[in-house]
Amino acid sequence: MAGLSTRHLLGIKDLNPADIQLIFETADNFKTVLNRPIKKVPSLRDVTIANIFFENSTRTRLSFELAERRLSADTINFAASSSSVSKGETLIDTVNNILAMKVDMVVMRHPYAGAGIFLSKHVKAQIVNAGDGAHEHPTQALLDAFSIREKLGDVAGKKVVIVGDILHSRVALSNILCLKHLGAEVMVCGPTTLIPKYIGSLGVKVEHNLVKALNWCDVANMLRIQLERQDIKYFPSLREYTMLYGLNKQILDSLDKEIIVMHPGPINRGVEITSDVADSKQSIILDQVENGVAIRMAALFLLAGQNP
Amino acid sequence: MPKSTHTMQNPTLLDGQKFQITLQRLCRQLIENHNDFSESVLIGIQPRGIYLAKRIAEELRKILPGKTILQGDLDITFYRDDFRRRESQLVPNQTKIDFIIEGKKVVMMDDVLWTGRTIRAAMDALQAFGRPEKIELLTLVDRRYSRHIPVSADYVGIEVDSIASQKVVVSWKETDGEDKIVLLSDVK
Repeated sequence: MAGLSTRHLLGIKDLNPADIQLIFETADNFKTVLNRPIKKVPSLRDVTIANIFFENSTRTRLSFELAERRLSADTINFAASSSSVSKGETLIDTVNNILAMKVDMVVMRHPYAGAGIFLSKHVKAQIVNAGDGAHEHPTQALLDAFSIREKLGDVAGKKVVIVGDILHSRVALSNILCLKHLGAEVMVCGPTTLIPKYIGSLGVKVEHNLVKALNWCDVANMLRIQLERQDIKYFPSLREYTMLYGLNKQILDSLDKEIIVMHPGPINRGVEITSDVADSKQSIILDQVENGVAIRMAALFLLAGQNP
Repeated sequence: MPKSTHTMQNPTLLDGQKFQITLQRLCRQLIENHNDFSESVLIGIQPRGIYLAKRIAEELRKILPGKTILQGDLDITFYRDDFRRRESQLVPNQTKIDFIIEGKKVVMMDDVLWTGRTIRAAMDALQAFGRPEKIELLTLVDRRYSRHIPVSADYVGIEVDSIASQKVVVSWKETDGEDKIVLLSDVK
């Protein structure tokens, strides 16, 4: 059987629907591995992976690291804050120095869009993008779609609304591309200032009224307001944002059907989503985290399996 | 035991009633060692060993009515020793073991025993489910004198002398329309 069509995992943009299906089917198998008494397989015992994070992360870094260890890979971790990057070393030099220590794969998060693509053209190792600026976050989109598939049986034909800061969100772009590949209908919802002007060209609907959007959808993916990426004020106050775009129990209960609530984390409780919604039975936020390990194991396994 | 003495291009090694008799003999040999299977389980190795395990389980249920015959599927993809050493991508199959193997006698089954590497990987994979009291191996076809590692089967359907360029293919009524073992020559 054919493998992935790409040597790196830089973005959903480079994947075709067959790649995504292959990753899902492989992740199904890893999910059963994760439920065994011994949750580890020896597949990647001769592979060394460097996790290079130029930007903070809790979930993604832990999830990648756990996935790598469950596959028996050797891992090294690197955080930019405690490295020679602060001494003026370039990205290529940093990575080539790490590769000189015989590293096969690099999992990288970087604040600049396209950093992973740039690196893949200049170094030998396989690159996995763990988030590049406001561009893509492919494994997050894969685990989101995988979680929808697990909950609803299929992604095709389902209606998914992504609510919040679409402009600064790599999760939004990767999710849109992934969900469209799998045949879902996608809508984005948020204040005009946080919806990119040409988002319609991706084939998504735009709605500025949260209640209308929620009435339309089967699944609502609530994004975090990324204050750290916002250089100017895009809305008057967080309080106003919460009033207009925050999801609370009253809104959820007023809908005529039970929708599924997702969040890529970290949650700002009381801003984009209230605690009673985040912890409700309609929320699959912790399933997303659980599935993240299986999805990342699948992606790493399929990439590493390509003849080196 | 019947042996391959044919010289045709792609001789059939076993089919029809003889195939049935061989399966029946394997079942009787299993019963000899495992009595009513209350402390034993059958594990078929993916992808092709699961058909053998399912058929043996089915036959045992006919011979031992009312007894519970536990049978599972084991995928060894993640435990193979040729990962990253082959041209084509390895794609995993499903593992389905819905029972406890700790302390049980496990009979692993694969349709063809050749280099023995699959069996090594399968024993590795099985460890993830606990510590069985004993592991045995049943194979429908033993390609003799071709082992890469010291593995031998406890129960053998037929023994075949073959060369590396040949391939032994087992077909099953359920999936291929006919129970049959064929020796293919010069497989690339």
